[in-house]
Amino acid sequence: MSAKTLGPVRRKFAPWDDTSAVPLISIKNVSKQFGSFTAVDNVSLDIYEREFFALLGPSGCGKTTLMRMLAGFETPTSGSIMIGGEDLANTPPHKRPVNMMFQSYALFPHMTVEKNIAFGLEMDKLPKGEIASRVEEMLKLVKLESFAKRKPHQLSGGQRQRVALARSIAKRPKVLLLDEPLGALDKKLREETQFELLDLQMALGMTFVIVTHDQDEAMTMADRIAVMNHGKFVQISPPAELYEQPTSKYVADFIGDINLLEGRVEKSERGRTILDSEMTGTRIETVTDSSTGGSAIGMGDKAWYAVRPEKVSISLLPPNDPGVNTAIGTVWDIGYVGDISVYHVRLEGGGTMRASIANTRRVVERPITWEDKVFLTWAPDSGIVLTR
Amino acid sequence: MRRFSLFNAVSLTLGFAFLYLPIVLLVIYSFNAGRSVAVWGGWSTQWYGSVFKNGQLLDAAWITLQVGFLSASVATVLGTMAAIALARHGSFVGRTVFSGMVYAPLVMPEVITGLSMLLLFVSINVDRGFWTIVLAHITFTMCFVAVVVQSRLASFDRSIEEAALDLGCTPFMTFFRITLPLILPAVISGWLLAFTLSLDDFVIASFTTGPGATTLPMKIYSDVRLGVKPEINAVCSMMIAVVTVIVIISSIMTKRQEVERERAERMAATTP
Repeated sequence: MSAKTLGPVRRKFAPWDDTSAVPLISIKNVSKQFGSFTAVDNVSLDIYEREFFALLGPSGCGKTTLMRMLAGFETPTSGSIMIGGEDLANTPPHKRPVNMMFQSYALFPHMTVEKNIAFGLEMDKLPKGEIASRVEEMLKLVKLESFAKRKPHQLSGGQRQRVALARSIAKRPKVLLLDEPLGALDKKLREETQFELLDLQMALGMTFVIVTHDQDEAMTMADRIAVMNHGKFVQISPPAELYEQPTSKYVADFIGDINLLEGRVEKSERGRTILDSEMTGTRIETVTDSSTGGSAIGMGDKAWYAVRPEKVSISLLPPNDPGVNTAIGTVWDIGYVGDISVYHVRLEGGGTMRASIANTRRVVERPITWEDKVFLTWAPDSGIVLTR
Repeated sequence: MRRFSLFNAVSLTLGFAFLYLPIVLLVIYSFNAGRSVAVWGGWSTQWYGSVFKNGQLLDAAWITLQVGFLSASVATVLGTMAAIALARHGSFVGRTVFSGMVYAPLVMPEVITGLSMLLLFVSINVDRGFWTIVLAHITFTMCFVAVVVQSRLASFDRSIEEAALDLGCTPFMTFFRITLPLILPAVISGWLLAFTLSLDDFVIASFTTGPGATTLPMKIYSDVRLGVKPEINAVCSMMIAVVTVIVIISSIMTKRQEVERERAERMAATTP
């Protein structure tokens, strides 16, 4: 990779770039069919030790099926799944070195919190003393020491979530699978818990695989994210790369907000692509960086320039060179969120574009308002050229 | 609330009278001091005392209890297994036929069940008696257990079982440590249902019985043919009491289970 890195990185952790690294989980050409419906379509994936990996996608994209195959609740129609070098094709769930935290938590309603956490340890036939100390340690870890004797129905949703977590990590599995672990929590609690989970994963040194449809959750926690759609991986990348270097319109649109400006390739040479965009009525000059530079773009081909709203500047005054990277339009709508304002601009060329501006001041002399004629500009390296 | 109109009051009274007047009469006459069944001779509990001195009646009652206990227990095991097969194992070959056959005895006339049982026992040359009644009762009460248990399993969150498997529990142990404790109220009410059905069955028992195995309903029937004695009224009143108690226990258990489930659902919906 180039010297420039994308976004903050939690220490340097990128075993997927290291060709000598041995993956902990190796999924090869796995498919799963339910009757004539293909839930997972010939996917391959390596997940490394200590990685926090997220499977992200809309409901019905196959992410849960893939996770259930890792846990052993579904068997692949074809392909192989290896964990720690062992082929798990014929291993039933109760013999796998993975544990799962269920979306519904699946706590045993007839057992106390303590008994729930001890259940897996009892199955391993650990000595009584060790079970007791391990349960205590887990209760402390999830801050539920005073709830040990309660039954699940006497706990709040957040507490039940923590019991489910404690129960699934009590056996210290090689891999922890989390199925929408924060789905049932409210927003504030969810954000707190995201960081708690991150800290926990670092402290335990476990490999986490999480299934989620919430992109914020995946972006916050994961080392790498696999975006899934229709049973296939669309892109597997670290969060910053996914956001800044999407390889397809689908990913660009799925992750965050984006302007997709359609155009025809006028010129494409090393490090530079020029698009002619009728929609914006401008020429788009871009700096192509290494990640997309490789893909062949033919002259006259249809392509899209993808630029995030926060990377678009909005101004009442025309820029120096209005013929390049400038779209002219009128403000159609303003979405005031508090920290940012999102301007929806109707372009003269017919399309609409969004620009979001951070509200760094409380009072502005001449705020941009409805019906204003505005100039939208962006730097050549703000966006990315996509061909599919 | 709706007004309690005259029409409602009358229809309610008539309805209950139709259902319970004969039973109330029977209970009242069991306290009759006179020897005649239909003529009131003052209050007395003497017939209850004489029931406990009547060896034949006591023998019949003892056999009935044994038959009920044994057949209800076996029917509960088999019925629960059938319910699990139907609720859990998806679409196996012959599932439709199996579920139809499990439920058929629910609607089958008892005479037919009894007669076909009799034919079976005769054709395989089994000596009829205590054990043939037990077998026949297992057959016809099993489906009631299956219905009760299956309706409980339908509302059972499967991920709880999956969680147990995931934590290293074998499928066999998962049934005993997770599934069974959670469906136990339904299994018990299934047992109670089977027990009461066996207790008051006359038709099937009389088809499949042999010498030396007379159940209480059969004994009562044969005694009544020689003329109704007040003693019989006392026995019947006691049977009514036993069945009523069991039915009440069973419905309380079902009700409590429902309330608990509702409460759990409400909590799941309201707590974040």
